[in-house]
Amino acid sequence: MKNRSLVSINDYSKEEYLKILDLAEEFEKNPRQEIMNGHVVATLFFEPSTRTRLSFESAVNRLGGRILGFADSNSSSATKGETLRDTIKMVCSYADLIVMRHPLEGSARFASEVSTVPVINAGDGANQHPTQTLLDLYSIRKTQGTLENLNIFMVGDLKYGRTVHSLLMAMSQFNATFYFISPDELKMPDEYKRYLKSMGLKFYEFKDFTDIINQADIIYMTRVQKERFSDPIEYERTKNAYILRHHMLKDSRTNMKILHPLPRVNEIHLDVDSSEKAYYFTQALNGVFVRQAIISSILGLK
Amino acid sequence: MKDIKHLVVSAIKDGTVIDHIPAKDLFKVISILGLDHIENQVTFGSNLDSKKLGKKAIIKISGLFFRNEDINKIALVAPEAKLNIIKDYNVIEKKVVEVPDSITGIAKCVNPKCITNNEEIVTKFSVVDKKKVILKCYYCEKITDQDNMRII
Repeated sequence: MKNRSLVSINDYSKEEYLKILDLAEEFEKNPRQEIMNGHVVATLFFEPSTRTRLSFESAVNRLGGRILGFADSNSSSATKGETLRDTIKMVCSYADLIVMRHPLEGSARFASEVSTVPVINAGDGANQHPTQTLLDLYSIRKTQGTLENLNIFMVGDLKYGRTVHSLLMAMSQFNATFYFISPDELKMPDEYKRYLKSMGLKFYEFKDFTDIINQADIIYMTRVQKERFSDPIEYERTKNAYILRHHMLKDSRTNMKILHPLPRVNEIHLDVDSSEKAYYFTQALNGVFVRQAIISSILGLK
Repeated sequence: MKDIKHLVVSAIKDGTVIDHIPAKDLFKVISILGLDHIENQVTFGSNLDSKKLGKKAIIKISGLFFRNEDINKIALVAPEAKLNIIKDYNVIEKKVVEVPDSITGIAKCVNPKCITNNEEIVTKFSVVDKKKVILKCYYCEKITDQDNMRII
């Protein structure tokens, strides 16, 4: 992984996922390891993302590295019309590693071609957000003790949700069984279903999850956004089917955990927060350890 | 009948004949192969009758022979095209177009939010389905299929 950019979750093999997770575990036990020794990380956020940026910056700080960059494109020369190509060419002579979020899809792959230093994709539009996926994997392994042979429920917007697509690709390496729960308009795209078939993996599609919820090891919730529906009446009719409430968890498996990439709106009712099965806030916390692991392995420090 | 066919687009002594081009894509093929910028004699016919394609087009280029990797570029618009290599009025070799594993340039990514549609970048695709000619963008990873394909 040394000196290699991380643009897409498919850039890493199963063994490499596991290496990152082991390393993240080590960082969780001992988060302050000043191994970066003044290495400079540029965090280029062409679109704001508080959680992701702070989590990266916290990771760098705990590793004893330095940070430069900007938190939104208004404070970069992109507002003067500078191309991404030029910005990256300039920044890679100031930093040892670039962490970039950009609204355009494919921007991170392009940056990794232009840059002389490795690039970590912190989200390129609706395309990829691989560090989120790795922290999802970390959260799943930590709560289940394994990544193998799990029942993964994905709920909500499965059509546009990049986090569910990347998680599907990653979990397909571990013989998962998938349960897709979504309204018709937001179903898992065919290309992913074809991929699962080609891997010989099982998946099931449902319109709501009340009858089957007790089979879940992991429930991965996503936001169902009103603007995704062509028919607003359809939205009003379906939205309540994808809201998770405390009473629905009554007979769920004891090992079951609820994940969510956050921010949530109303798809997980507040009464779920008190359940020991609610894991989404801890999941966000795990992001720092996982990013410490990714940064230190790309810089060749671990 | 055979003689009449010859008259439609006259024969060449040495060069390449590209046959079985869908008539509507003739000018795309011309532009992909850069035939609009060469000095060689180029003759073509369009809307000719074809059992296979309905209406087909044919291009004859004098004194020009293509490398396979160049000719395969037209697979995106004319996957059924057949090439005859002509030496001294005789067909000395026949070739079919093969869809390559990857495509650089030529096509536009269908995704308006793709970086290649927002900055000066040469597009790159892997071909995920050779039969239906379905492309996957190297940058944004979105699928561009035949129906949505636009040639640059």
